[in-house]
Amino acid sequence: MGSEFVALGLTPVLISAFAGMACALPGNFLVLRKQALIGDAISHVVLPGIVVAYLLTGQVSTWPMMLGAAGAAVISVVLIEMIRRLGRIEYGAAMGVIFTTMFAAGVLLLEQSDTSRVHLDVEHALFGNLETLIWLQSDGWGSLLDPLSLAQLPPQFFRMVIAFFVISAFTYIFWRPLVLISFDEAYARTIGTQATVVGFLLVVLAAMAAVAAFDAVGSIIVIAMILCPPATARLLTNDIKTQVFLSLILALGATLIGYVVAGYLPLWLGYSNTLSAAGMIATVSGLLLASSAIYGRHRKRVI
Amino acid sequence: MLWAALSLSLGYNATLVTLGASLLGAAAGMAGTFLYLRKNALISDAISHATLPGLGFAFLVAFGFGIDGRQLLILLSGSALSAALGLYFVNWLTRETRLTQDTAIGCVLSVFFAFGVVLLTIIQVIPAGRKAGLESFLLGSTAGMLYSDALLILILSIITALVLFVFLRPIKLVVFDQGYSETLGISVRRVDFIILMVTLAVTVLGMKIVGLILIVALLIIPAVSARFWSERTNIILVTATLFGALSGYIGSAISAVSPGLPTGPIIVLCCFGLFLFSFLFAPKRGVLAVALDHYRFQKAVHLTQGLLSMAAAQPIYEPKTQRLLRRLGYIRADGVATETGKSLAAKTLLNEKRWSYWQEILKESDQLDGQAVFNLMDIETKLTPDQIKSIDQGLALKQGERM
Amino acid sequence: MMAGVALVSDQGVRLGEAREPGEEPLNIRGLTVSYGQVPAVYSIDFSVKSGSLMGIVGPNGAGKSTVLKAAMGILPLISGQVTFFGKPLKEARHRVAYVPQRASVDWDFPATVYDVVLMGLYPSLGLLRRVSKADKAKVAESLAKVGMQDFVDRQIGQLSGGQQQRVFLARSLVQQADVFLLDEPFAGVDAATETAIMGVLKGLQEDGKTIISVHHDLSTVSTYFDHLFLLNRKAVAYGPVAEVFTKENLSIAYGGKLAAAQLDTMGL
Repeated sequence: MGSEFVALGLTPVLISAFAGMACALPGNFLVLRKQALIGDAISHVVLPGIVVAYLLTGQVSTWPMMLGAAGAAVISVVLIEMIRRLGRIEYGAAMGVIFTTMFAAGVLLLEQSDTSRVHLDVEHALFGNLETLIWLQSDGWGSLLDPLSLAQLPPQFFRMVIAFFVISAFTYIFWRPLVLISFDEAYARTIGTQATVVGFLLVVLAAMAAVAAFDAVGSIIVIAMILCPPATARLLTNDIKTQVFLSLILALGATLIGYVVAGYLPLWLGYSNTLSAAGMIATVSGLLLASSAIYGRHRKRVI
Repeated sequence: MLWAALSLSLGYNATLVTLGASLLGAAAGMAGTFLYLRKNALISDAISHATLPGLGFAFLVAFGFGIDGRQLLILLSGSALSAALGLYFVNWLTRETRLTQDTAIGCVLSVFFAFGVVLLTIIQVIPAGRKAGLESFLLGSTAGMLYSDALLILILSIITALVLFVFLRPIKLVVFDQGYSETLGISVRRVDFIILMVTLAVTVLGMKIVGLILIVALLIIPAVSARFWSERTNIILVTATLFGALSGYIGSAISAVSPGLPTGPIIVLCCFGLFLFSFLFAPKRGVLAVALDHYRFQKAVHLTQGLLSMAAAQPIYEPKTQRLLRRLGYIRADGVATETGKSLAAKTLLNEKRWSYWQEILKESDQLDGQAVFNLMDIETKLTPDQIKSIDQGLALKQGERM
Repeated sequence: MMAGVALVSDQGVRLGEAREPGEEPLNIRGLTVSYGQVPAVYSIDFSVKSGSLMGIVGPNGAGKSTVLKAAMGILPLISGQVTFFGKPLKEARHRVAYVPQRASVDWDFPATVYDVVLMGLYPSLGLLRRVSKADKAKVAESLAKVGMQDFVDRQIGQLSGGQQQRVFLARSLVQQADVFLLDEPFAGVDAATETAIMGVLKGLQEDGKTIISVHHDLSTVSTYFDHLFLLNRKAVAYGPVAEVFTKENLSIAYGGKLAAAQLDTMGL
């Protein structure tokens, strides 16, 4: 079991765990700022981003596509803010206009481009390719100490870990302004906080998490992980530090349980096929939310 | 070729799809207007994503009973049920916990969708599931649509539009003035329920044509676009309905003649085209009109304030005002008033005094009602010569008292 | 010509002439703010003398809060200049404290009373500096001043409206500013809180601070404030209460709506 797990299971688990935590971190502030659906918008516009990157470069390579996706996320956020302010449209509606249009444009471009040669399809965009992220060079747990085989880990692993640590560092450094603009944005401005800049930074962090996670685990897990662990934690505590910490634990827990259920439950039940791990992880995060909505100590509004 | 599609002469299926898409667009425009005016636009996103597990489940159940699970009616019923469940969870989370509605929507849509994906991976291993073509519901596909499917969509679209039409009055009342409609005994909850059910129906119907992700666009964009054209519910409603129908009609016609172009995205991009046009060019609420008004207003404020300061022989501090006055030739580069400037300043001051006096009269007779009239307009263009004469007499009288 | 006469004789009847931007704690000239095409406040001039306790009074929709928000840079200006101690807000920020309306935030936020009051110290703490003992003492001292010392660790959602208002006041106190701008501090609070807040404000005044507060209860104006700014979209009058709080000015500000009986209860 050991060496097989290390080769086939360890990397997908670790990648999705880091993806989940990277998404949950900015998600805490999005939930508190009532901007939860920014996560939804971002995960939809990742598709047109990578399609455009593919059309521009003509090849399926990682960095251009990551840049394309990140670019699309930032553009969508700017456009949403622009039509919201200039057109005096309510936030949710402004998001609805922009992300559906960008998604439609992405699908159209995708269908128009010659995709038969390349592995670039909607399914991949939605579900990711978690199951293919294997570590063939490994030889049991001992490989974790072997630099040569460590270097052979799938690149998604390194990207996700780096993304997680970058996002954590920014959250740590900008903790005070992030809390301040989430609680009382007008006051934040009066004491000299660049509320617009910090608000934009938050969205960029969420976009970074989404883009890094997208390639490995697909976009459905992204929005579930941005929202469900923070929402669950919100119902369990009244302290923001605890909430953020709990949301990381919950993201980790959902990943582990979801992965095991998707990968091993059918086998134990005697079926030979596995289920979508990304889908199952998101489903588990939803079940965790449901149970905290029923039993959570602080599930009720205090006022 | 496009003309053939637009004039509905491309054969039965294409015609039915075009008609269905137009009707669907109209119904979505209507339902969307109510959602938008109730500030509930993105609930449609939760509804649409929540259809996926129902779709998969319906297929599995039908398969279990040995029925061909691809029958549209079965799939649509399953989708409707799971969307309703998703809707229930959104409301439950918002009502029973401290989570806000946007968070509830996001959580429900992602979890339902993810669970739907899990079901799809089960379906794919069933031999019949491989060719089930359930993916076509994600992005919509009219290719390979059966005559009976197209007919079903058409009929259901008509029913949906009819339901909305029948309940138009109470819905409009609630949207327009919730408090007043309650005094009339209209249940706001019931009306919201009707709006959501119609939205649900539109979503489920739209899945086959534009796909479950893009149906959200049809529910939001026409309504938002229509809002730019009017302040009145009736006109917004009609405009949104027209925009929705037009997008469905043109979009499906374009895609009928060019098989490479998927219907859903084309319809959505048609919607967006209408949005962009409204956003930029609508009179009054459009961006260009607002910017122009703002510029004019700001200029008028600076000009009036600057001229009044000149009239009172006070220094002008604000650089913007100084620049404006200089550019118009009312003050010289060294800040001294020119002859034109002086006479205009006197005129502005007179205008200001006349307005102030007029406002006092209105205030005394309680006709002003808190809505102060501001003194940026030329009073001589707003009041009759007789009124102005009486104002001037009043002013002269006051002047005399003070002396 | 009538206009010619008016040029000399009629300036600054009610308002006094617009001043050079001096060292006043707050000086506003030519301020116009609008939502869309309707000005919320129009061409406002006013200034506050150092050490005064000033109320901003006017009917509903007169633009009282708008003036404060515009002064604090929260709303964009159509025209006008705002200076604090002769300098724009950017350069005088550390001397200015703002207390927003209690209803402007969601109190169901995962924070304690301590967390909220500490926010007032964020400008001096910067991004990463640790909270020192002295900082904690400042928070405790401010809370004691508003009578909330026993609630340090309380979740803010569990406070009453009056207690929430006191926390907001405490947050501004730790900023150790020289001028305080308060937006409707007495809206929806209990009588005890109103007295407590008024005590704190008078105490600040004794320390030489300047206080400007939006207020809507005309019956308490003369006991609470020594200066008054009367406003109804346009500035009606400002200055010492005794000079400004007159029947004439009130009827200009409130129009015919202010019933005679109401004026009687105020002793006017």
